[in-house]
Amino acid sequence: MTVSILKLHAVEKSFDQTAVIHGVDLEVEPGEFVVLVGPSGCGKSTLLRMIAGLDTPTAGDIWINGQRVNEVSAADRGCAMVFQSYALYPHMSVYANMAFGLENIGESKVEIERKVREAAAILKLDTLLDRRPTQLSGGQRQRVAIGRAIVRDPQLFLFDEPLSNLDAELRVSMRAELRELHRRLGSTMIYVTHDQVEAMSMADKIVVLRAGHIEQVGTPQMLYTQPANTFVAGFIGSPRMNFIPASSWPDATMQASNWPAGTQTLGVRPEHWDKSPSEQGWAMTVQSVEYLGSQQLVQGRLTCQIRIEVLLDGTQTVQVGEHLCLQIKPGHAHAFDAQGQRLESALA
Amino acid sequence: MNLLSLLLRTRGRKRLHWTDVLSYLYLLVGFFTLFGPVLWLLMSSFKTEAAMGLYPPTFLPYSQKTVEVAGHAQALPLFLVNQDGQSPRPLAQVSRMGIMATMVDPVHPEVTLQVPIQQRTPITELAFAWGNYADLFHKFTFGRYLWNSVFITVVATLLTLLFNSMTAFALSKYQFKGRKAVFLLIISTLMIPPTIILVPVFLVINGVGLLNSLWGVILPAVATPTGVFLLRQYMLTIPDELLEAARMDHASEWRIYWRIVLPLSAPALAVLAIFSVMWRWNDFLLPLIVLSRSEFFTLQLALNAFQGELNTQWHYLLAMTVITLLPVTLVFAFLQRHITTGIASAGVK
Repeated sequence: MTVSILKLHAVEKSFDQTAVIHGVDLEVEPGEFVVLVGPSGCGKSTLLRMIAGLDTPTAGDIWINGQRVNEVSAADRGCAMVFQSYALYPHMSVYANMAFGLENIGESKVEIERKVREAAAILKLDTLLDRRPTQLSGGQRQRVAIGRAIVRDPQLFLFDEPLSNLDAELRVSMRAELRELHRRLGSTMIYVTHDQVEAMSMADKIVVLRAGHIEQVGTPQMLYTQPANTFVAGFIGSPRMNFIPASSWPDATMQASNWPAGTQTLGVRPEHWDKSPSEQGWAMTVQSVEYLGSQQLVQGRLTCQIRIEVLLDGTQTVQVGEHLCLQIKPGHAHAFDAQGQRLESALA
Repeated sequence: MNLLSLLLRTRGRKRLHWTDVLSYLYLLVGFFTLFGPVLWLLMSSFKTEAAMGLYPPTFLPYSQKTVEVAGHAQALPLFLVNQDGQSPRPLAQVSRMGIMATMVDPVHPEVTLQVPIQQRTPITELAFAWGNYADLFHKFTFGRYLWNSVFITVVATLLTLLFNSMTAFALSKYQFKGRKAVFLLIISTLMIPPTIILVPVFLVINGVGLLNSLWGVILPAVATPTGVFLLRQYMLTIPDELLEAARMDHASEWRIYWRIVLPLSAPALAVLAIFSVMWRWNDFLLPLIVLSRSEFFTLQLALNAFQGELNTQWHYLLAMTVITLLPVTLVFAFLQRHITTGIASAGVK
């Protein structure tokens, strides 16, 4: 049994009287790319800082590589952190920024030079080593921040929303670069973001957090196909899943025994609706259409006045005010009980 | 934009607007009011003692021409004599008694003439009395005073920067119990007038045995509340994430202070350095009570001591004053750029 590289056990954190993290348990295997995702204020950055050692948990234990590190200082935990604002030393050159950590532990100049140049080569920073951070673009600064982390050869890489300060196009390319970096270095990376697209595209394992609680831990596929509750179901996947309360289902035929007992909410993703070939199905009045090229995002109301979004094929454009009859793709409906928890169903 | 076009900017395009005229008038008046005395001081410091007493006073240092005449040991002053019936000619004066002067023609020194003093005017030339400055170092221990002032100013400024920045760092970047109380305590000492603590300070310095020592002037005032406040406010703008990143980079707290916070505080340090230099260089009261032996005097004390009870040697005094003014002016001119760029960049950050 491999020792997990990071283990959180019943970790809690309160600031003064406000509890921010409530009893979090987590295990991370070596080499995994774990993403902590959740809405603003859910405590993901706080959790990351506690792993890094910059904050101490009010209760619970943190184990890194089989060793309890609650009292170990941030520098000695073998972690390297990439901050959201990069936190580069503005008065030092790129080379000095990357070399600073190694100088502090007393490495020889030759060793430092070798390691810095190696990291610079991986991140394509060779030509920028003499520049100051203020002379670099956002993407370059971020790579310097990553380079500063790589140079220390840590057991754990910690990323605190590193892509949120970049423009959309750069974000997409940097996501690919980070994936490539992970594949190349093979090290464990813990990544915090509020963007579920980043989480889905980059993670081996996603941890969904809400208000200091872990809602679900799983692979992107698991979270997409088997969300544990309505929060995860609504958070993961874009456009957002439609939730239809049981009380407003159109007629008795829909409320068949297909659905598990206790179902209060039906969840169907916009991409899992089809136009019904017959007149049987969910009737919808179209209120707006967004033409996306190969698809169209149709928003409208069901007969029960519930608003839903549907992603249809873009070949036959739909008009506003049109009446559509829809059916759910088999196997793609999710049932949730009164508390929003997932109910297993074998279904339609 | 070059300096000339900046100085000659006007509001009107081709003709001068009336506001231009008023503005420049106002500026010129201000310029002369502020710089007039300084320039006068500078020029007068080059006058000989005799030239200083001239009435009406002249701006440029003129002194009377002298000429070597055969048969006389010392050089004789030259006057332009305007005798009736003759064209003005230069004559050298041998002596003067009352309103009659005994004069000789430098070319024919044997012939003496009696000339009433109203008929003669001194012939003057532009002469810079460099001797005023040279004598300071030769005849008086001016070099010693200069050294004392420089030593006190430089060492005190360095110590002030060091200790104030350490205090400010602790107060701005560390969370500890009583943090606010300590800060308020330091600031509240600003309310204490210096004259109240003058005697206690003297007693303490005496008790420690630092009387009549330059360190007795340097050490008591190294920790300044103004400096702590200024640096703390500036250090608060340094993002905490930088320090956290440094801590994760294995930096000790001292390294964080020395290699990260201090370099980033350079603009505020420059401001404090200027304040400290200007204050220490011009400081009179503390050196006065601490130093009583003249070999430890600073320039300010020396200037004060130089004014005798009955008689003041103005030419030496003025020369000393000019030398006293120079270093502070240079330091200010050099560091001023840091202040303005520092304030501007701190705002943009």
